[in-house]
Amino acid sequence: MQQVVSGLASGGIYGSLALALVLIHRATGVINFAQGEMATFSTYIAWSLTTNHGWSYWPAFVVTLVVSFLGGAALHQSIIRPVEGGSVVRVVIVTIGLLLALNGLITWIWSGEVRAVESPFPSDTMSIAGVTVSWQDIGTIIVSLSTVGLLWVLFQFTKLGLAMRAAATNPAEARLVGVRVTSMLAIGWGLAALLGAVAGLLAAPSLFLDPTMMQAVLIYSFAAAVLGGIDSPVGAVVGGLIIGVGLNLLGTYVDFVGSDLRLPAALLVILVVLLVRPQGLFGKPEVKRV
Amino acid sequence: MSSLLELEGVQAHYGPVQALRDVSLTVGEGEVVAVLGANGAGKTTTLRAISSTVKRSGELRFAGKRLPAGPEAVARAGIAHVPEGRGTFTELSVLENLRLGAYARRDREVKGDIARVTGYFPWIERRAGQSAGTLSGGEQQMLALARALMARPRLLLLDEPSLGLAPLVVREIFRIVRELNEQEGLAVLVVEQDARLALGAAARAYVLEVGQVAVTGTSAELRDNESVRRSYLGY
Repeated sequence: MQQVVSGLASGGIYGSLALALVLIHRATGVINFAQGEMATFSTYIAWSLTTNHGWSYWPAFVVTLVVSFLGGAALHQSIIRPVEGGSVVRVVIVTIGLLLALNGLITWIWSGEVRAVESPFPSDTMSIAGVTVSWQDIGTIIVSLSTVGLLWVLFQFTKLGLAMRAAATNPAEARLVGVRVTSMLAIGWGLAALLGAVAGLLAAPSLFLDPTMMQAVLIYSFAAAVLGGIDSPVGAVVGGLIIGVGLNLLGTYVDFVGSDLRLPAALLVILVVLLVRPQGLFGKPEVKRV
Repeated sequence: MSSLLELEGVQAHYGPVQALRDVSLTVGEGEVVAVLGANGAGKTTTLRAISSTVKRSGELRFAGKRLPAGPEAVARAGIAHVPEGRGTFTELSVLENLRLGAYARRDREVKGDIARVTGYFPWIERRAGQSAGTLSGGEQQMLALARALMARPRLLLLDEPSLGLAPLVVREIFRIVRELNEQEGLAVLVVEQDARLALGAAARAYVLEVGQVAVTGTSAELRDNESVRRSYLGY
């Protein structure tokens, strides 16, 4: 049971990053391979604010989210927009390039040493219904699910969210009703960067901060997004929780899957889903009219 | 009657193909005007040139001012374009489609307009939460009209409303278009393959051929001129 709770916490992190991947895939049609590095960069910014500049945690958290949002939107406007209209491969190459550039930039600014990061949550545990759970896990679940929940409200109940959904699925028709589609896409990238920052900040206390921190998380999140359905926001979150809990239980109860085989297990999930049910749990099958 | 829309010497290209060579037309305030012609004559491209969905050059004036570039700006200027194939947001609900129609508006009367628009299409209220993609072709066409109305446009661009629809449904659509023109004073520029249908609803018409205006006149003139009817209108 304890494994389930800590699996839900990891799942919240994977789900947040998976939702970022889904947001960008819906808007721009590609997997943003740099999503993990963007999240790492954001986490370094927060760490720098608290450690080098003496900020306290939650103000640094909020400022990091804002900076990440603006950074994501700026990245879209500057390097993604010029290649958006053309072939998908071009955009993919740009995101991979962004991954490499950010990774190098992080190492250059902050050096590659591994750093311990303090968590905003108390490090002790408590007992709920006879199960021992850590505050870290509970805090992670609350923060990640609240962020996702707020975004859901934005998309379903606001005019801006409606315009963003329209711009993602029918950009040409959206323009005809006056929606500035390019701005909507930039906001989408901004929100994805914000989600990535949340994932990175929640993961840092347990994963330790170094330039490669989010690389494995990106793979787990990708598996979550594929499992849930690459265009389904609900699927991303549910997929994240399933992967989080599943990998934890697998590691605990199946002997030969130690921590080393978790990553291959996630890759196996991607492979199986794409072979058996490519649209994932919540996605719609892609229909090409001949 | 002052001209709401003026096109003069408009050209448009799709890559190396010149779709419009020299199109000049006008639509007056509260007028219904038809654009007729064979496939490939440039009818749809003319509407696209107005809504700036295709790159165009030449003189385009709306309410005395130059038409801006970019579909978003043209929509905000008061021109609603219902494209070929309806342009329904199939993944959103019927109500969300309507709300999107009013996207560019900043006033507070949007909710009231939903009720007004539903008056023309009573079935919308019953199916407000339904996914728009599950509607029939005729219903999607009506939803597209309703969505265009939500923008409170001064000019409606209607592209091939009869496409893929049963004759009874098409007649109903045109009846509603006439009603909208009479009740709301809405100017309409309608592109149609079915010339007889279009001339029944429009006051004037332009017949396009190879990207240019070949013949123009009032609907009565075009209908009564047998050689025009045979050469250009196909009946």
